[in-house]
Amino acid sequence: MTASTAVVWSAVLLAGVGTYLLRASFLLLFERLGEVPPAVETALEMVPAAVLAALVVPAILAPDGAIALVGNDRLFAGVAATAVAWYTENIVATILVGLVGVVLLGLV
Amino acid sequence: MSRADALRAGGRASAPVIVGIVPFGLVAGAAAIAAGLSLLQAVGLSVVVFAGASQLAMIDLLAREASLVVVVGTALVINARLVMYSASIAPDLLEVKLRVRALLAYVLTDQAYALSVTRYREGLKETDQRLWFYVGTAVPLWVAWQIATIAGAVVGAQLPSWLPLGFAVPLVFLALLAPAVQDRPSAAAAIAGGAIATLGIGLPYNLGLLAGAVVGIAVGTGLALNERTSAEAPA
Repeated sequence: MTASTAVVWSAVLLAGVGTYLLRASFLLLFERLGEVPPAVETALEMVPAAVLAALVVPAILAPDGAIALVGNDRLFAGVAATAVAWYTENIVATILVGLVGVVLLGLV
Repeated sequence: MSRADALRAGGRASAPVIVGIVPFGLVAGAAAIAAGLSLLQAVGLSVVVFAGASQLAMIDLLAREASLVVVVGTALVINARLVMYSASIAPDLLEVKLRVRALLAYVLTDQAYALSVTRYREGLKETDQRLWFYVGTAVPLWVAWQIATIAGAVVGAQLPSWLPLGFAVPLVFLALLAPAVQDRPSAAAAIAGGAIATLGIGLPYNLGLLAGAVVGIAVGTGLALNERTSAEAPA
């Protein structure tokens, strides 16, 4: 790595303060803000699906920074792990299948 | 139900959830060390930010030397959902002192929110009982998360290098993504978010993730609002 000590600590503090304010928002200001407008609530409901997919898909399709469909062990292991995640919704099983898949494919 | 009963009931409710977050915390600790953070920085991240998915995304971006604005901006987009929990649980805790609510906010997580609100809807009406049930769920989750990340940071440093530990991070997100896709709008949000983030992988400042997230949220929201409007329209 990479990021300097100053950058790491700045990121920790700024993200920490910002995240606290997101958590505290309505808990502290509900009397003044009232309910969330329905459209905003709908947008917030979409955050997990959009963000998680934006984190997962590039890591599987383009692990080295460029889209790779051939010779990409993580793609095959990722597809297997996706099936496990979908049917079990189990974090441990998903991690195990994905990691074992990548290690085995790396041996072939 | 006394305070102690409510506290214990919260603790019992959180137990199965803790089993689920421990591997996530182990990965968060190990990934921080693998990305070059010191043990103190890994613990600092876990204590100060205390939100797993954003911690892992920050670690990933820091390792790729993304700029401070992108690292913090991405974390805040990921954590924007906490506003929804805050707004949803606030009416249930309105009679709690403001100073106490400020403390409750720090330990607000997906899990503490979901467990508490479910129990409130099942008929936990008294403010005092609600408060202590929430504390009973949220505090053990906080403790378990901190222990798991520290353990992950310590153990992760000892793991053999042939183990592709970095890949454990997207696998955790994958396991969380499955339950997040519940209907057509959230599926569209996921597809758009994943596609844009992948196509935008070469974008400067590592903006691909942020772009994917924002476009995905926009697509999903547009579709959901559109579906709602057509459902309300007369046939």
